[in-house]
Amino acid sequence: MIAAMRNLPGARRDRGPGDLTLAIASGLAVVAILAMLFLILFEIVHGGAGRISWEFLSTAPRKGGLEGGIWPAIFGTVLLVLVMTIVAAPVGVATAIYLSEYAHQGAPVTRFIRAAVANLAGVPSIVFGLFGVGFFIEAVGGEIDDAVYGGALFYGKPAIIWASLTLALLTLPVVIVATEEALKAIPVDHREGSLALGATKWQTITRVVLPQALPGILTGTILAVSRGAGEVAPILFTGVAYYLPFLPAHPTDQFMSLGYHVFVLATQSPDVNAALPNLYATALALLALTFVLNLTAIVIRARVRARLRS
Amino acid sequence: MARSTASINRLTTARRRRWAEWIAEKAIMMTAMVAIISIILIFLFVGRKAMPVFTNERIRQTANVKEFFTRNGQSPDGKPAFVWQPISERPKYSFIPLIVGTFKATVVAMLVAAPLALLGAIYTTEYAPRRLREYIKPAIELLAGVPSVVLGFFALVVMASWIQKVFYFEMRLNAVVAGVALGLSIIPVVYTVAEDTLAAVPRALREASLALGATRAQTLLRVILPAALPGIFAGVILGFGRAIGETMIVLMASGNAAIVSWNLADSIRTMAATIAAELAEVVYGSAHYHTLFAIGALLFIVTFVINFIGDLIVSRLNARMRGGAE
Repeated sequence: MIAAMRNLPGARRDRGPGDLTLAIASGLAVVAILAMLFLILFEIVHGGAGRISWEFLSTAPRKGGLEGGIWPAIFGTVLLVLVMTIVAAPVGVATAIYLSEYAHQGAPVTRFIRAAVANLAGVPSIVFGLFGVGFFIEAVGGEIDDAVYGGALFYGKPAIIWASLTLALLTLPVVIVATEEALKAIPVDHREGSLALGATKWQTITRVVLPQALPGILTGTILAVSRGAGEVAPILFTGVAYYLPFLPAHPTDQFMSLGYHVFVLATQSPDVNAALPNLYATALALLALTFVLNLTAIVIRARVRARLRS
Repeated sequence: MARSTASINRLTTARRRRWAEWIAEKAIMMTAMVAIISIILIFLFVGRKAMPVFTNERIRQTANVKEFFTRNGQSPDGKPAFVWQPISERPKYSFIPLIVGTFKATVVAMLVAAPLALLGAIYTTEYAPRRLREYIKPAIELLAGVPSVVLGFFALVVMASWIQKVFYFEMRLNAVVAGVALGLSIIPVVYTVAEDTLAAVPRALREASLALGATRAQTLLRVILPAALPGIFAGVILGFGRAIGETMIVLMASGNAAIVSWNLADSIRTMAATIAAELAEVVYGSAHYHTLFAIGALLFIVTFVINFIGDLIVSRLNARMRGGAE
């Protein structure tokens, strides 16, 4: 059969009858995955776009979120991921620098760090929430209150600072993995050239290696921000609130978030149908935020990879 | 004279710089320990809150290991049964309904995600034109970027109705709805690992097979897939670990009824969703409070072991593939 096909004009030798089946089946799987992604996007854009307006984005919710806008949730989400990034980005980049530039590959410490990073990425987000309660709020916050405020409750309760720190731990692996990939992609020649000219290792890292890795670091940070903006489980008990009459201004304030707003409108609303317009629009706002961030990261990375290849 | 002052100055600057560099390098090494310390702290502080179910006499009266894993109540028809009913005259804390619920959602998720992700990875590495490949991978990454609360919302508001229309389920929210939505969220995890592994199979293997006259399908099924099998398995395992711990999707789309049944049309309540739904309203320091942390600790240990196995397989495989390519 195969021998017969080989003699046909134009038949490719490496294709058999099974190939058509496999190519079609596997192609259909890709189509199915992308179709579902498209359906989700279409449904949420279709259901939410009509409601999006400057007023919706810039005013506070009214009547339990059925009317009014989502400004406090946008503000809370941005502040949350901003504080998170201030912690996660430097720690993540430093860890990646250590792993790529200093660590003895294969040494027990290095293996432990890599294992810890991989496991940190796999810890369920709700467990991060429990950790935030047990460690940040009760242990750290409780200690601060006892030591500084004589036991009065300031830091020992849900607050934006604890939610941000919890998210920082959760997104740390994202920054580490992306940064390390960027560092590894820089040719060893560049480092050796710099060292040969008399630069110290530290000068080589800060002036030769890091500038080249900057787009990669940016990619990792953006992905972390996107991930943090969409997470709800870790902030459930560490600081998010459904409705606040004021914007958070102090580390111990609670905050509103887009993700939690979607969750509450979808599940806790007494009249789900009345909540639908604002629900779709809030989901669209959150989805738009994470998508723009992800697309930016993907484009930056694609450009870096293209440059490295050429 | 002036020259030597300058050179001394230069020397001290150099020394000072060396000091600054030394401190900076030490700081980086310390920072690199944050990941290890975090994992240990998570284990300690979640574990510490779970401990009273083993050690505290008052808590142990209602919440203890025997209570968690044996028939602690009655089903509606009066038979002994596993019951999760934390708010009742005699609180009942059996983990079994939650474990069964988690298992059902996860199995449905794997049935959806594993074949699609694996076939998708095969298409990307074996059949897709190079141009198309450059677009498929980022598109699937975009799916990974959809926040789980948005997937949960989509499952709850839209998908549940579709699935009910197709299968005529009595309950709108059930293991199938939650499982399919969960499957969507882990497709990128399984796909990425499977695709990486397939792409890393040494060219020599592929070319040797083709040179011997095998078709691409034969090469794929008998040479590449067997070589990549551990990696594909690892991808499935990592997806499994992700699905077990995923919270918002199941919290929104599963119906949250703690029922022990193997019927996929029944509502379910998972371990993660139980913590999310109940911790906010629980009395601080109560048996219920510590039981929720015990569920969290169990979840942490299970996912830790699963991820550990998955990563071990991936790193072994990577080492072998590199060895094979030389």
